[in-house]
Amino acid sequence: MTWTIDGVREGLAAKKISARELTADFYKRIETRNAELNAYLALSPERAYAQADKIDALVASGKPLPPLAGVPVAIKDVLSTRGITTTCGSRILEHYVPPYDATAVTRLEGSGAVILGKTNCDEFAMGSSNENSAFGPVKNPQATDRVPGGSSGGSAAVVAAGLAVASLGTDTGGSIRQPGALCGIPAMMGSYGRVSRYGLIAFASSLDRIGPFANNVKDVAAILQTIAGRDPNDSTSTTAPVPTYADEISKPVKGMRIGIPRDYFAEGLDSGVRDKIEKGIELLKKLGCEPVDIRMPHTDYAIATYYIIATAEASSNLARYDGVRYGLRVDDPTLLGMYRKTRGAGFGPEVKRRIVLGTYVLSAGYYDAYYLKGQKVRALIAQDFREAFTKVDAIVTPTSPVPAFKLGERTSDPLQMYLADIYTVTGSLAGVPGISVPCGKICGELPVGLQLFGPAFGESRILQLAHAFEQAGGASI
Amino acid sequence: MKISRDDVVRVAELAYLDLSESELETYRAQIDEILEYISKLNELDTANVEPMAQVLTDDQTADATLREDIVVPCGIAAEVLKQAPDPEPPFFRVPKVIER
Repeated sequence: MTWTIDGVREGLAAKKISARELTADFYKRIETRNAELNAYLALSPERAYAQADKIDALVASGKPLPPLAGVPVAIKDVLSTRGITTTCGSRILEHYVPPYDATAVTRLEGSGAVILGKTNCDEFAMGSSNENSAFGPVKNPQATDRVPGGSSGGSAAVVAAGLAVASLGTDTGGSIRQPGALCGIPAMMGSYGRVSRYGLIAFASSLDRIGPFANNVKDVAAILQTIAGRDPNDSTSTTAPVPTYADEISKPVKGMRIGIPRDYFAEGLDSGVRDKIEKGIELLKKLGCEPVDIRMPHTDYAIATYYIIATAEASSNLARYDGVRYGLRVDDPTLLGMYRKTRGAGFGPEVKRRIVLGTYVLSAGYYDAYYLKGQKVRALIAQDFREAFTKVDAIVTPTSPVPAFKLGERTSDPLQMYLADIYTVTGSLAGVPGISVPCGKICGELPVGLQLFGPAFGESRILQLAHAFEQAGGASI
Repeated sequence: MKISRDDVVRVAELAYLDLSESELETYRAQIDEILEYISKLNELDTANVEPMAQVLTDDQTADATLREDIVVPCGIAAEVLKQAPDPEPPFFRVPKVIER
């Protein structure tokens, strides 16, 4: 059976199941399925059962339960968890045990959630298929010869396979939304600044965001509610008030104007995906939304811009892996030799490629031509969004131009892999919130995701639309 | 060709990253193709565009003004040092840096 947050609360309140029994049940499911899927990298039963017992004591005492009481969750392995190995899918952090929790993790646990373990991902969240993990790829639970998407492939797979009720992923250029689409579950990134990044091991700091996967939009909203809001430990987390999403999502969507950017329905879009998204737009129309043709003229430049900015920031952030304070060290008689050997041995191919590219675009003589140019085009892309939101309430696009592809099918050509991020990177660069919601399956097998972008801090609006879409049967279009 | 083998060697040196001969050539070719693709940005006139370095405007963060400088307890030094490959509390030990 598929558990939801409401289901867990009702089960606990009616004493049909204890939090400990539920936790044990999930570990049993994981034991059965994880060897095949490779979605969990580490399990944390001691911490999980301790939390479950706390919840059971609350139930026994009759005290009110926190909003996520007993809900089994999984955490992407780029988020720091005190006492639980956190590898970022990399050899360089293979045995790293953080001394503190990420704020999002603290908040989940503080709301009663039970942390089952850490999920596999592309190394340092760099990838779109989960095939860049040093610990092997994750398999898509919907079709195990296919990728789950990436980089948060493990977090998407565990929820889709019923090995967690919800999970946290991170999204830098699409790494929550795209695996959500490919695994057939709702997945969301809030606005940049909505969720504290404290304890998120950095890839590209001006783009990285933490967000939820769950089996339904209501649960996505509940997880976002828990992790959102100002945190003094992240100076980019905003003071903007956080609405009560549970109240917002069931508000009517009738009369909402939804922008359809024709620039997103161009070359490279799989015809099966296109067909489902068009049916999805029809469904939104039936719900009373008004489609509006819009232009986002800089869309075609988004991938180029993204791969300048993301790699530049990555090359700088990943300078910290030097074999001195944590992680792998490869010995050498000289300090610089130790740095070089450690980094050469510890990083995988995609990470090295991005460090080289990122260092190059920042280096003397190339900074203006690449990095500065990228920052300027980023401003134009953000401007496209601001202008669009003067005319529409939300923007509707496909999440990914293709459904889940076969494992190994695309690994040889990095540029081709990058180009598939076209629909997600735009919103990443602009800083706006985005959600992917299931929109039917191609041939009844491969899930398609419909993506909704809202204006900055307009999470409520896209949650509302996604919820209405889901309730109207969007997943089985 | 956008990037030469020498460029890759120079950049790998800047990034303190050991690359094998075969890695050098593979990455050079792949990055060359990526840079070729990136050059499409030159189609855009950005002479009068301000670069965007950050998403949020000052009024959206609490740190538009600096916070007070107050000492808060931390006390995780021992745990942090436990993660080091070669700790010598309270220090991290590294290969000799200064030649005599």
